[in-house]
Amino acid sequence: MPRPSTDTVWDWLHAVPDPEIPVISLTDLGIIRDVAYEGETLVVTVTPTYSGCPATSIINLDIETALRGHGVENLELRRQLSPAWTTDWMTQSGRDKLEAYGIAPPQPAGGPDKCPQCGSQHVEKMSQFGSTPCKAQWRCTACLEPFDYFKCI
Amino acid sequence: MANVDKEMLAQFLLRMGDNSLILGHRVSEWCGHAPVLEEDIALANTALDLIGQTQLWLGYAAEVIGDKTADDLAFLRDVWDFRNILLVELPNGDFGQTLMRQFLYDAYQSILLPRLAKSSDPRVAEIAEKASKEAAYHVERSADTVVGLGDGTEESHARMQTALNKLWPYVGEIFASDAVDAAMAASGIAPDPASLRAEYDALVGNVMAEATLTIPEGDFAHLGGRTGATHTEHLGHLLTQMQWLQRAYPGASW
Repeated sequence: MPRPSTDTVWDWLHAVPDPEIPVISLTDLGIIRDVAYEGETLVVTVTPTYSGCPATSIINLDIETALRGHGVENLELRRQLSPAWTTDWMTQSGRDKLEAYGIAPPQPAGGPDKCPQCGSQHVEKMSQFGSTPCKAQWRCTACLEPFDYFKCI
Repeated sequence: MANVDKEMLAQFLLRMGDNSLILGHRVSEWCGHAPVLEEDIALANTALDLIGQTQLWLGYAAEVIGDKTADDLAFLRDVWDFRNILLVELPNGDFGQTLMRQFLYDAYQSILLPRLAKSSDPRVAEIAEKASKEAAYHVERSADTVVGLGDGTEESHARMQTALNKLWPYVGEIFASDAVDAAMAASGIAPDPASLRAEYDALVGNVMAEATLTIPEGDFAHLGGRTGATHTEHLGHLLTQMQWLQRAYPGASW
Protein backbone atom coordinates (compact mmCIF):
# COMPACT_ATOMS: atom_id res chain seq x y z
CA MET A 1 0.00 0.00 0.00
CA PRO A 2 1.40 3.45 -0.92
CA ARG A 3 1.79 5.71 2.04
CA PRO A 4 -1.19 8.05 2.50
CA SER A 5 -0.68 11.75 1.85
CA THR A 6 -0.73 14.09 4.83
CA ASP A 7 -3.99 15.56 3.50
CA THR A 8 -5.53 12.09 3.65
CA VAL A 9 -4.27 11.67 7.21
CA TRP A 10 -5.83 15.04 8.16
CA ASP A 11 -9.12 13.80 6.67
CA TRP A 12 -8.94 10.68 8.81
CA LEU A 13 -8.20 12.78 11.90
CA HIS A 14 -11.21 15.03 11.13
CA ALA A 15 -13.32 11.94 11.83
CA VAL A 16 -11.83 11.16 15.27
CA PRO A 17 -14.18 12.52 17.94
CA ASP A 18 -13.07 14.15 21.18
CA PRO A 19 -13.60 11.45 23.84
CA GLU A 20 -15.25 13.82 26.34
CA ILE A 21 -17.27 15.94 23.88
CA PRO A 22 -17.84 13.55 20.96
CA VAL A 23 -19.84 16.10 18.97
CA ILE A 24 -16.57 17.78 17.95
CA SER A 25 -13.51 16.18 16.39
CA LEU A 26 -9.90 16.41 17.51
CA THR A 27 -9.17 18.72 14.60
CA ASP A 28 -12.14 20.95 15.54
CA LEU A 29 -10.55 21.24 18.97
CA GLY A 30 -7.29 22.43 17.40
CA ILE A 31 -5.02 20.06 19.32
CA ILE A 32 -3.49 18.35 16.27
CA ARG A 33 -0.62 20.72 15.51
CA ASP A 34 1.15 18.91 12.69
CA VAL A 35 1.07 15.87 10.46
CA ALA A 36 4.32 15.10 8.65
CA TYR A 37 6.57 12.31 7.48
CA GLU A 38 10.05 11.88 8.92
CA GLY A 39 11.51 9.27 6.63
CA GLU A 40 8.92 6.52 6.53
CA THR A 41 7.47 7.41 9.93
CA LEU A 42 4.25 9.39 10.16
CA VAL A 43 4.62 11.91 12.97
CA VAL A 44 1.45 13.39 14.45
CA THR A 45 2.09 16.28 16.83
CA VAL A 46 -0.51 16.76 19.55
CA THR A 47 -0.76 19.44 22.21
CA PRO A 48 -2.65 18.83 25.47
CA THR A 49 -5.65 21.03 26.30
CA TYR A 50 -5.03 21.14 30.06
CA SER A 51 -1.91 19.64 31.60
CA GLY A 52 -3.94 17.36 33.87
CA CYS A 53 -6.74 16.47 31.45
CA PRO A 54 -7.38 12.72 31.83
CA ALA A 55 -8.65 12.62 28.23
CA THR A 56 -5.12 13.22 26.90
CA SER A 57 -4.07 9.58 27.04
CA ILE A 58 -7.41 8.46 25.55
CA ILE A 59 -6.96 10.99 22.73
CA ASN A 60 -3.55 9.54 21.90
CA LEU A 61 -5.01 6.03 21.97
CA ASP A 62 -7.89 7.09 19.69
CA ILE A 63 -5.50 8.70 17.19
CA GLU A 64 -3.34 5.62 17.13
CA THR A 65 -6.32 3.27 16.80
CA ALA A 66 -7.81 5.32 13.93
CA LEU A 67 -4.58 5.59 11.96
CA ARG A 68 -3.62 1.96 12.48
CA GLY A 69 -7.13 1.07 11.34
CA HIS A 70 -6.34 2.86 8.08
CA GLY A 71 -3.20 0.78 7.70
CA VAL A 72 -0.56 3.18 9.05
CA GLU A 73 2.27 1.11 10.49
CA ASN A 74 5.12 3.50 11.22
CA LEU A 75 3.53 6.01 13.54
CA GLU A 76 4.85 8.33 16.20
CA LEU A 77 2.75 10.61 18.41
CA ARG A 78 4.68 13.60 19.63
CA ARG A 79 3.66 15.86 22.51
CA GLN A 80 4.19 19.57 22.02
CA LEU A 81 3.69 21.94 24.97
CA SER A 82 4.68 25.21 23.34
CA PRO A 83 2.96 27.23 22.03
CA ALA A 84 0.39 26.29 24.66
CA TRP A 85 -3.04 25.29 23.40
CA THR A 86 -5.55 28.10 23.13
CA THR A 87 -9.25 27.99 22.34
CA ASP A 88 -8.43 30.41 19.48
CA TRP A 89 -7.38 27.27 17.61
CA MET A 90 -10.87 25.82 17.73
CA THR A 91 -12.48 25.82 14.27
CA GLN A 92 -15.65 27.73 13.44
CA SER A 93 -17.42 24.48 12.63
CA GLY A 94 -16.30 23.16 16.03
CA ARG A 95 -17.80 26.24 17.72
CA ASP A 96 -21.07 25.81 15.82
CA LYS A 97 -21.25 22.13 16.70
CA LEU A 98 -20.63 22.88 20.39
CA GLU A 99 -23.41 25.44 20.49
CA ALA A 100 -25.87 23.16 18.70
CA TYR A 101 -24.98 20.50 21.30
CA GLY A 102 -25.81 22.88 24.18
CA ILE A 103 -22.28 23.94 25.16
CA ALA A 104 -21.62 27.67 24.79
CA PRO A 105 -18.45 28.14 22.72
CA PRO A 106 -15.44 30.10 24.07
CA GLN A 107 -15.55 33.89 23.73
CA PRO A 108 -12.67 36.36 24.05
CA ALA A 109 -14.78 38.34 26.54
CA GLY A 110 -14.32 35.47 29.00
CA GLY A 111 -17.94 34.38 29.23
CA PRO A 112 -20.67 33.04 26.94
CA ASP A 113 -22.39 35.63 24.75
CA LYS A 114 -25.76 33.90 25.06
CA CYS A 115 -27.58 30.90 26.46
CA PRO A 116 -27.13 27.97 24.04
CA GLN A 117 -30.67 26.82 24.94
CA CYS A 118 -32.88 29.91 24.50
CA GLY A 119 -30.46 32.49 23.10
CA SER A 120 -30.96 34.99 25.96
CA GLN A 121 -28.03 37.23 26.81
CA HIS A 122 -28.97 37.20 30.51
CA VAL A 123 -26.51 34.64 31.84
CA GLU A 124 -24.46 34.32 35.03
CA LYS A 125 -21.48 32.26 36.15
CA MET A 126 -22.08 29.50 38.70
CA SER A 127 -18.56 28.09 38.85
CA GLN A 128 -15.34 28.46 36.93
CA PHE A 129 -15.07 24.68 36.84
CA GLY A 130 -17.35 22.14 35.23
CA SER A 131 -17.64 18.48 34.35
CA THR A 132 -14.33 18.53 32.45
CA PRO A 133 -11.25 20.76 32.89
CA CYS A 134 -12.15 22.73 29.75
CA LYS A 135 -15.63 23.79 30.86
CA ALA A 136 -17.24 26.16 33.36
CA GLN A 137 -20.80 26.10 34.70
CA TRP A 138 -23.13 28.95 33.79
CA ARG A 139 -26.84 29.56 34.17
CA CYS A 140 -29.38 31.39 32.07
CA THR A 141 -31.48 33.80 34.14
CA ALA A 142 -34.19 33.91 31.42
CA CYS A 143 -34.95 30.22 30.85
CA LEU A 144 -33.29 29.24 34.18
CA GLU A 145 -31.43 26.33 32.58
CA PRO A 146 -27.85 25.65 33.63
CA PHE A 147 -25.38 25.06 30.82
CA ASP A 148 -21.73 24.33 30.14
CA TYR A 149 -19.45 27.04 28.80
CA PHE A 150 -16.24 26.06 27.03
CA LYS A 151 -13.63 28.18 28.82
CA CYS A 152 -11.56 30.60 26.77
CA ILE A 153 -7.87 30.10 27.46
CA MET B 1 19.48 22.55 28.73
CA ALA B 2 21.10 25.80 29.81
CA ASN B 3 24.67 25.79 31.04
CA VAL B 4 24.08 25.11 34.72
CA ASP B 5 25.04 22.64 37.41
CA LYS B 6 22.74 19.63 36.92
CA GLU B 7 22.40 19.03 40.65
CA MET B 8 21.18 22.61 41.14
CA LEU B 9 18.74 22.36 38.23
CA ALA B 10 17.38 19.08 39.61
CA GLN B 11 16.79 20.70 43.00
CA PHE B 12 14.93 23.57 41.37
CA LEU B 13 12.74 21.18 39.34
CA LEU B 14 11.99 19.07 42.42
CA ARG B 15 10.87 22.21 44.24
CA MET B 16 8.47 23.07 41.41
CA GLY B 17 7.16 19.52 41.03
CA ASP B 18 6.91 18.72 44.73
CA ASN B 19 4.92 21.89 45.41
CA SER B 20 2.31 20.97 42.84
CA LEU B 21 2.34 17.26 43.77
CA ILE B 22 1.83 17.75 47.49
CA LEU B 23 -0.73 20.53 47.11
CA GLY B 24 -2.50 18.54 44.39
CA HIS B 25 -2.73 15.58 46.77
CA ARG B 26 -3.97 17.75 49.64
CA VAL B 27 -6.64 19.38 47.48
CA SER B 28 -7.75 15.99 46.15
CA GLU B 29 -8.56 14.97 49.74
CA TRP B 30 -11.65 17.19 49.39
CA CYS B 31 -13.05 15.08 46.56
CA GLY B 32 -16.55 14.07 47.65
CA HIS B 33 -16.42 16.20 50.84
CA ALA B 34 -16.77 19.84 49.74
CA PRO B 35 -19.72 21.88 51.05
CA VAL B 36 -21.51 22.08 47.67
CA LEU B 37 -21.21 20.21 44.39
CA GLU B 38 -19.73 23.16 42.44
CA GLU B 39 -16.96 23.58 44.99
CA ASP B 40 -16.27 19.86 45.01
CA ILE B 41 -15.85 19.88 41.22
CA ALA B 42 -13.74 23.02 41.36
CA LEU B 43 -11.37 21.53 43.95
CA ALA B 44 -11.09 18.26 42.03
CA ASN B 45 -10.29 20.15 38.82
CA THR B 46 -7.70 22.28 40.60
CA ALA B 47 -6.07 19.14 41.97
CA LEU B 48 -6.10 17.64 38.48
CA ASP B 49 -4.33 20.66 37.00
CA LEU B 50 -1.73 20.50 39.76
CA ILE B 51 -1.08 16.80 39.23
CA GLY B 52 -0.80 17.43 35.48
CA GLN B 53 1.79 20.12 36.13
CA THR B 54 3.57 17.72 38.48
CA GLN B 55 3.97 15.18 35.68
CA LEU B 56 5.68 17.82 33.56
CA TRP B 57 7.99 19.17 36.28
CA LEU B 58 8.92 15.81 37.79
CA GLY B 59 9.19 14.30 34.31
CA TYR B 60 11.88 16.84 33.49
CA ALA B 61 13.49 16.44 36.94
CA ALA B 62 13.69 12.68 36.37
CA GLU B 63 15.48 13.22 33.04
CA VAL B 64 17.99 15.59 34.61
CA ILE B 65 18.64 13.24 37.53
CA GLY B 66 18.79 10.33 35.10
CA ASP B 67 17.56 6.74 35.28
CA LYS B 68 14.30 7.78 37.00
CA THR B 69 10.69 8.49 36.05
CA ALA B 70 8.24 11.05 37.40
CA ASP B 71 6.43 8.17 39.12
CA ASP B 72 9.65 7.03 40.83
CA LEU B 73 10.12 10.51 42.22
CA ALA B 74 6.51 10.83 43.39
CA PHE B 75 6.09 7.41 44.92
CA LEU B 76 9.49 6.16 45.99
CA ARG B 77 11.13 9.05 47.82
CA ASP B 78 10.85 9.58 51.55
CA VAL B 79 10.10 12.76 53.50
CA TRP B 80 13.66 14.11 53.58
CA ASP B 81 13.92 14.00 49.79
CA PHE B 82 10.87 16.19 49.19
CA ARG B 83 11.48 19.85 48.34
CA ASN B 84 8.02 21.39 48.65
CA ILE B 85 7.37 24.43 50.82
CA LEU B 86 5.79 23.68 54.20
CA LEU B 87 2.63 25.64 53.28
CA VAL B 88 1.41 22.97 50.87
CA GLU B 89 1.91 19.99 53.18
CA LEU B 90 -0.15 21.40 56.06
CA PRO B 91 -3.45 19.61 56.64
CA ASN B 92 -6.43 21.16 54.87
CA GLY B 93 -8.24 22.42 57.98
CA ASP B 94 -11.72 23.70 57.15
CA PHE B 95 -12.89 24.77 53.69
CA GLY B 96 -11.91 28.37 54.37
CA GLN B 97 -8.37 27.44 55.37
CA THR B 98 -8.04 25.27 52.25
CA LEU B 99 -9.08 28.16 50.01
CA MET B 100 -6.88 30.63 51.90
CA ARG B 101 -3.87 28.36 51.34
CA GLN B 102 -4.89 27.95 47.71
CA PHE B 103 -4.98 31.70 47.22
CA LEU B 104 -1.61 32.24 48.94
CA TYR B 105 -0.13 29.58 46.63
CA ASP B 106 -1.98 30.63 43.45
CA ALA B 107 -0.87 34.24 43.95
CA TYR B 108 2.75 33.04 44.08
CA GLN B 109 2.36 30.83 41.00
CA SER B 110 0.53 33.52 39.03
CA ILE B 111 3.57 35.79 39.50
CA LEU B 112 6.30 33.17 39.13
CA LEU B 113 5.08 31.17 36.13
CA PRO B 114 4.85 34.02 33.58
CA ARG B 115 8.47 34.83 34.49
CA LEU B 116 9.51 31.19 34.09
CA ALA B 117 7.83 31.20 30.67
CA LYS B 118 10.77 33.40 29.62
CA SER B 119 13.35 31.05 31.13
CA SER B 120 16.66 30.47 29.36
CA ASP B 121 15.88 26.74 29.63
CA PRO B 122 13.34 25.96 26.87
CA ARG B 123 11.90 22.97 28.76
CA VAL B 124 11.23 25.10 31.83
CA ALA B 125 9.76 27.82 29.60
CA GLU B 126 7.30 25.53 27.82
CA ILE B 127 6.08 23.87 31.03
CA ALA B 128 5.63 27.28 32.66
CA GLU B 129 3.80 28.66 29.62
CA LYS B 130 1.29 25.84 29.89
CA ALA B 131 0.96 25.99 33.68
CA SER B 132 0.64 29.76 33.84
CA LYS B 133 -2.65 29.64 31.93
CA GLU B 134 -4.01 27.29 34.58
CA ALA B 135 -2.59 29.36 37.46
CA ALA B 136 -4.33 32.43 36.02
CA TYR B 137 -7.81 31.00 36.46
CA HIS B 138 -6.90 29.26 39.72
CA VAL B 139 -5.98 32.59 41.30
CA GLU B 140 -9.08 34.26 39.91
CA ARG B 141 -11.27 31.72 41.63
CA SER B 142 -9.37 31.43 44.91
CA ALA B 143 -9.18 35.23 45.24
CA ASP B 144 -12.94 35.51 44.62
CA THR B 145 -13.62 32.87 47.25
CA VAL B 146 -11.32 34.51 49.81
CA VAL B 147 -13.14 37.81 49.25
CA GLY B 148 -16.56 36.13 49.38
CA LEU B 149 -15.85 34.36 52.65
CA GLY B 150 -13.71 37.09 54.23
CA ASP B 151 -16.27 39.79 53.49
CA GLY B 152 -19.11 37.38 54.22
CA THR B 153 -20.86 36.45 57.43
CA GLU B 154 -19.44 36.97 60.92
CA GLU B 155 -18.68 33.24 61.05
CA SER B 156 -16.97 33.01 57.66
CA HIS B 157 -15.00 36.21 58.31
CA ALA B 158 -13.72 34.87 61.63
CA ARG B 159 -12.70 31.58 60.06
CA MET B 160 -10.85 33.27 57.20
CA GLN B 161 -8.99 35.56 59.60
CA THR B 162 -8.02 32.53 61.70
CA ALA B 163 -6.82 30.76 58.54
CA LEU B 164 -4.74 33.76 57.46
CA ASN B 165 -3.20 34.09 60.93
CA LYS B 166 -2.28 30.41 60.88
CA LEU B 167 -0.91 30.29 57.31
CA TRP B 168 0.87 33.63 57.03
CA PRO B 169 4.03 32.47 58.86
CA TYR B 170 4.40 29.85 56.12
CA VAL B 171 4.44 32.42 53.30
CA GLY B 172 7.95 33.71 53.97
CA GLU B 173 9.52 30.41 52.91
CA ILE B 174 8.42 31.03 49.31
CA PHE B 175 10.88 33.94 49.14
CA ALA B 176 13.74 32.51 51.21
CA SER B 177 16.40 32.42 48.50
CA ASP B 178 19.40 30.12 48.76
CA ALA B 179 22.28 28.78 46.64
CA VAL B 180 19.93 26.87 44.31
CA ASP B 181 18.01 30.06 43.58
CA ALA B 182 21.22 31.99 43.06
CA ALA B 183 22.38 29.42 40.51
CA MET B 184 19.02 29.53 38.70
CA ALA B 185 19.03 33.34 38.63
CA ALA B 186 22.63 33.50 37.43
CA SER B 187 21.88 31.20 34.48
CA GLY B 188 18.59 32.92 33.63
CA ILE B 189 16.54 29.81 34.35
CA ALA B 190 14.40 31.30 37.11
CA PRO B 191 14.09 34.63 38.92
CA ASP B 192 15.40 35.01 42.45
CA PRO B 193 12.29 34.33 44.58
CA ALA B 194 13.13 37.30 46.82
CA SER B 195 12.67 39.57 43.79
CA LEU B 196 9.00 38.52 43.56
CA ARG B 197 8.07 39.56 47.09
CA ALA B 198 6.97 43.14 46.40
CA GLU B 199 4.61 42.09 43.62
CA TYR B 200 3.26 39.26 45.78
CA ASP B 201 2.65 41.53 48.76
CA ALA B 202 0.81 43.99 46.53
CA LEU B 203 -1.47 41.31 45.06
CA VAL B 204 -2.18 39.63 48.39
CA GLY B 205 -2.59 43.00 50.12
CA ASN B 206 -5.26 44.10 47.64
CA VAL B 207 -7.24 40.89 47.95
CA MET B 208 -7.06 40.84 51.75
CA ALA B 209 -8.18 44.46 51.90
CA GLU B 210 -11.19 43.63 49.73
CA ALA B 211 -11.83 40.59 51.90
CA THR B 212 -11.73 42.83 55.02
CA LEU B 213 -8.98 40.61 56.44
CA THR B 214 -5.87 41.78 58.27
CA ILE B 215 -2.45 40.41 57.38
CA PRO B 216 -0.61 39.58 60.64
CA GLU B 217 2.36 41.72 61.59
CA GLY B 218 5.85 40.31 61.88
CA ASP B 219 8.10 38.57 59.42
CA PHE B 220 8.69 35.26 61.19
CA ALA B 221 8.76 32.41 58.67
CA HIS B 222 8.75 28.66 59.20
CA LEU B 223 11.52 27.28 56.98
CA GLY B 224 12.84 23.86 56.03
CA GLY B 225 10.51 22.50 53.33
CA ARG B 226 12.16 23.67 50.11
CA THR B 227 15.58 22.64 51.46
CA GLY B 228 14.19 19.36 52.81
CA ALA B 229 15.91 20.03 56.15
CA THR B 230 12.83 20.22 58.39
CA HIS B 231 9.50 19.13 57.03
CA THR B 232 6.50 19.17 59.34
CA GLU B 233 5.27 15.88 60.82
CA HIS B 234 2.32 16.09 58.41
CA LEU B 235 4.25 15.21 55.25
CA GLY B 236 5.09 11.69 56.42
CA HIS B 237 1.45 10.98 57.13
CA LEU B 238 0.50 12.27 53.69
CA LEU B 239 3.08 10.02 52.03
CA THR B 240 1.80 6.93 53.84
CA GLN B 241 -1.46 7.42 51.94
CA MET B 242 -0.13 8.73 48.64
CA GLN B 243 2.62 6.14 48.30
CA TRP B 244 0.94 3.16 49.93
CA LEU B 245 0.08 1.27 46.77
CA GLN B 246 3.54 1.46 45.19
CA ARG B 247 5.19 0.64 48.52
CA ALA B 248 2.96 -2.38 49.17
CA TYR B 249 2.88 -3.60 45.56
CA PRO B 250 6.05 -2.34 43.84
CA GLY B 251 5.54 -1.70 40.13
CA ALA B 252 1.77 -2.20 40.27
CA SER B 253 -0.05 -0.62 37.33
CA TRP B 254 -3.41 -0.64 35.55
